[in-house]
Amino acid sequence: MKVVNKPISKIDGMDIATGKPVYTDDLNINNNALVLKILRSPHAFAKIKSIDSSIAQKVPGVECILTYKDVPKARFTLAGQSYPEPSPYDRLILDEYVRYVGDEVAIVAAKDERTAIKAMNLIKVDYEVLHPILDFEKAEGHQSMVHPEDDLHVNFDIGINKEKNIASSCKIEHGNMEKALEESDIVLEKTYYTQAQAHAMMETYRSLTYMDHTGRLTIVSSTQIPFHVRRIVARALEIPKSKIRVIKPRIGGGFGGKQTAAVEIFTGLVTLKTGKPSKIIYDRKETFGCTTSRHAMKIKVKLGADKEGNIKAVDILSLSDTGAYGEHAPTVFAVVGYKTLPLYNQAKAVRYMGNAVYTNKMPAGALRGYGATQGTFALESAMNELAVKLNIDPTELRQKNIIKQGEANPVLGSTKEGQPVVLASSTLDKCIERGKELIRWDEKYPRKVMSDNKVRGIGMAITMQGSGIAGIDTASAVVKLNDDGFYTLFVGATDMGTGSDTILAQMAAEILETSMGKIIVHSADTDISPYDTGSYASSTTYVTGNAVIKACEDIKNKIIENGAKLLGVDEKEVIFDGECLKTIDEKAALSLDEMAQRFISGEGKNQLMGTGTFGGDTSPPPFIAGFAEVEVDKETGKIELIDYVAAVDCGTVINPNLARIQVEGGLVQGIGMAMYEDVVYSQEGKQITNTFMQYKIPCRKDVGKINVDFVSSYEPTGPFGAKSVGEVVINTPSPAIAHAVYNAVGVNVRALPITPEKVLKGIMSK
Amino acid sequence: MITIKNYALPNTLEEAYEILNEKRNNVILGGCAFLRMGSKKIETAICLSKLSLKYIDENEKEIEIGAMTTFREIETSSVLKKYFNGILPKSVENIVGIQFRNVVTVGATVYSRYGFSDFLTALLSLDADVLLYHQGRISLEEYLEKGSKKDLLVKVIIPKTSRKAAFQMMRNSSSDYAILNVAVSNKEGDLRIVVGARPNRGKIAKEASLYLSKSNQSIEEIEKAAWMASEELSFGSNMRGSKEYRQAICKVLVKRAIMEVL
Amino acid sequence: MKINVKINHKEMELEVGCDEFLVDVLRKYGFLSVKKGCDTGSCGLCTVWIDEIPVLSCATLAPTVNGKNITTIEGVQEEARDFAEFLVKEGAEQCGFCSPGFIMTVLAMKKELKNPTEEEIVHYLTGNLCRCTGYVGQLRAVKKYMGVS
Repeated sequence: MKVVNKPISKIDGMDIATGKPVYTDDLNINNNALVLKILRSPHAFAKIKSIDSSIAQKVPGVECILTYKDVPKARFTLAGQSYPEPSPYDRLILDEYVRYVGDEVAIVAAKDERTAIKAMNLIKVDYEVLHPILDFEKAEGHQSMVHPEDDLHVNFDIGINKEKNIASSCKIEHGNMEKALEESDIVLEKTYYTQAQAHAMMETYRSLTYMDHTGRLTIVSSTQIPFHVRRIVARALEIPKSKIRVIKPRIGGGFGGKQTAAVEIFTGLVTLKTGKPSKIIYDRKETFGCTTSRHAMKIKVKLGADKEGNIKAVDILSLSDTGAYGEHAPTVFAVVGYKTLPLYNQAKAVRYMGNAVYTNKMPAGALRGYGATQGTFALESAMNELAVKLNIDPTELRQKNIIKQGEANPVLGSTKEGQPVVLASSTLDKCIERGKELIRWDEKYPRKVMSDNKVRGIGMAITMQGSGIAGIDTASAVVKLNDDGFYTLFVGATDMGTGSDTILAQMAAEILETSMGKIIVHSADTDISPYDTGSYASSTTYVTGNAVIKACEDIKNKIIENGAKLLGVDEKEVIFDGECLKTIDEKAALSLDEMAQRFISGEGKNQLMGTGTFGGDTSPPPFIAGFAEVEVDKETGKIELIDYVAAVDCGTVINPNLARIQVEGGLVQGIGMAMYEDVVYSQEGKQITNTFMQYKIPCRKDVGKINVDFVSSYEPTGPFGAKSVGEVVINTPSPAIAHAVYNAVGVNVRALPITPEKVLKGIMSK
Repeated sequence: MITIKNYALPNTLEEAYEILNEKRNNVILGGCAFLRMGSKKIETAICLSKLSLKYIDENEKEIEIGAMTTFREIETSSVLKKYFNGILPKSVENIVGIQFRNVVTVGATVYSRYGFSDFLTALLSLDADVLLYHQGRISLEEYLEKGSKKDLLVKVIIPKTSRKAAFQMMRNSSSDYAILNVAVSNKEGDLRIVVGARPNRGKIAKEASLYLSKSNQSIEEIEKAAWMASEELSFGSNMRGSKEYRQAICKVLVKRAIMEVL
Repeated sequence: MKINVKINHKEMELEVGCDEFLVDVLRKYGFLSVKKGCDTGSCGLCTVWIDEIPVLSCATLAPTVNGKNITTIEGVQEEARDFAEFLVKEGAEQCGFCSPGFIMTVLAMKKELKNPTEEEIVHYLTGNLCRCTGYVGQLRAVKKYMGVS
């Protein structure tokens, strides 16, 4: 391969790095958009008795103030998922009920920010304060009902029982659990807690909206899901999709946060009502406190094994806190099971079940890892505890029980014939071995005493994710041959900094046998781009990548077919090498440049376009074996992360540099979750970690040494053998660091984050 | 959101002081690092940049730090690195990042008596005084206890003693605020233990300091002094740590700091 | 009020509010490289130089920069590109939103520190948060750029 598997620089890299104005708020060129501010609920749960904006309306420069009385009444979900969405339609743009501190009460549009804030402070709201549910363990059957409305709608049976505050429930079961547990020599049961985590992308949520020259609503938004935004806005505003265009410029990070349409409806509504351009930029507090976070969960794991360490049973019972609204509630909940149970394929019985519940806190949503992260912490921590009970090396316990390439597993999905899906590619066993070498496991396990109060310990965990959602995610690509022998590749995938535009261009260049310089990438604009569900669920490399390959093969065939016509020979008699079309006898030849010119001229009258659409029948899992070395101060509990090793199987690595950064960045986000990050609420339900001062993402002194290695498998259904890498990377740090801390000082921290205080408490209570 | 009606750039301290006291909502601008976060309605904001208050000077007896001196200047000062085992540069080096330390000023930090301040804890271990324009020179300890009427902090003055000093702190993320900070200094057997970010502001553990100074400073006595410090000072809980945790690590950090200065 | 400043070597007269922060003024006047990430002085995205010193423009009141030299990345494009080449070669610009502020800090560091150790580099850059890269790729780029191993 000439272009794929090469460390090519990102095609937009130099421009974004050196500050070119290419992000949403940089494109507010006329600087005349109305500025939106949102009045938010000070109460965790209340009903608006009355709302009076008459004084606020009189502030000079105020354009409009909208309350629940002024908005359409169709319920919807903000979750960016394929239609019909599994998430419940439990929202209105503005509702009579406010369900968390920060929930929207009124939208103010004014000529500038100061005016909007001034007016916002003059709106008088009288609330009937209701009893909020803040503890998700008490939500089920609580005296309050978060969603008392009778027009809540679901597209599927997601197990909702809103009278009991259950947003969704789910059960996955294979084998006879009771029997498998009975046959086990050892049964271990432990409960783990994972916290809400914030995405903390650097560019906060924002959108800019205007009416175009044909009276259509144009939304420029920092989003991962332009096509879903178009649909969600159309439903919420009750206008046809054909009247909406969504443009995605460069994005300053997403991490799943921008898979939820947090802000577009507000600017859409104001522009629709006023006819004027409008923009909204969430400040950091709104970004932390009024959007979504990772679902906090309580996960009980029961493992059964024989004395030799053969795992017989994996039984997981989970409770998920979806907050005030059910964005991604059923799917994140299910993924906890779907992306953990297949790991231990030797188990005779596996089960995953439980509920996602409504509470009066900020809604949870999609965040890198999407449930797999929570499940991995619980399952892998339990595996490490089981290894202690069995007195067996935890890496050996994995090697004995993990799924191997070529094995079938029912939880991986089922094929058309109803057969369990066969794992077509995996080097997980080799990843474990490679990781052990890199961290020097045999030399360091389990601990090394450094001084009177410092001890080092090492720990490990394994994980899997998917590559797109089987049977649901689809992507299309269009490639156009331009009149000077270069191509434009149109995709609807949304590069949010990941480099997907670049790797998709690499795939195109590989198929078209051309150079990167000859591929222009256009993404994403719903008027222009072919349909793509968007960049989430680890789908872009695998799903959109496959579509790009199809589109490029399509146009390549057309070039050969039409080129042969120009040469007056049969297409079987020509060879195309990317630059030149020659007859086999080399007597006649045409350059691509010349062909391109002639195809679109009066002579050819033929604009060549290639198209391709792909949707996966399976979702091939990438794997990681992660290893952590920590140094713990026995007297203070302080944990220093010394070294983190990740051995990664993401199939063929399309771009080694970009994949490496994806892994490193995801590991650090996982390290943040493991050690520093926590979304914390006051007793009244007010989020108190809504700034970077209080919500600590890792800084560059916190991350230790990070060592990433790829152990590539070849995924037969993947583009050039590739699988995904975007999400799987975040899953191992929490369990591996918890394990390392245990090995250092004998303390199991089962509730994230693993703080010095929890560690010291554990040491002192021993 | 803050609002500021007027901006003043006085030429003398006297003028600054007068403007400050003209109206209740007139304030002195420090580094402004925390200004944005508040929702103050300021009538006149007074900038001291023309008053030449950005300096770290030493004379025979004392070191003087002007109110407009930034934390980055403290961190990189060759003068301050020379004295007291460089405790002042050490105390500020973990505060957020250099672009933050390039705006944060000594004057605003001391005047505001921030509880989380690492710098104040270190400074309090050094016999420092503050010079207020109206009230004159008072000890930092007294100032931190009592505060002052609206006044203008001109400089911080530190006597050049032979104090050895050590700084210890506990942070989870390295650039976060401290969960607890400790400074211990030793002037020929006169030991002083200061603990800050309790989360309340830095305070001298007097009984522990006295006990330690009078003791033979054996390991048992050091441990006892550290324990005494954790008993005589009060601790509180916030999201960074519980009262119990602060008290527990106080003993450890004080002991470690004492060991450094003996 | 009116202030007179030099922005990227060009004299400018700006109309600013007493309570406007430099970051907002710079964006208003078209210096769109300057990004805002936090509102609390915690992220380093808005880093610009005032009289060659890297500061947070979100914590700098506009009236206080009267008479000063302000530099944004638009004013040091050549130097910025020199470093950006290393950054982009590592793939460590990722979403790019923190890059202008980060690069302004790196360029300031290059002027301030001679032959820094890895520890000194990390210390100097700690105030620049990044959520995408995990920092290690940035460090590889900085070390290559600074010519240190």
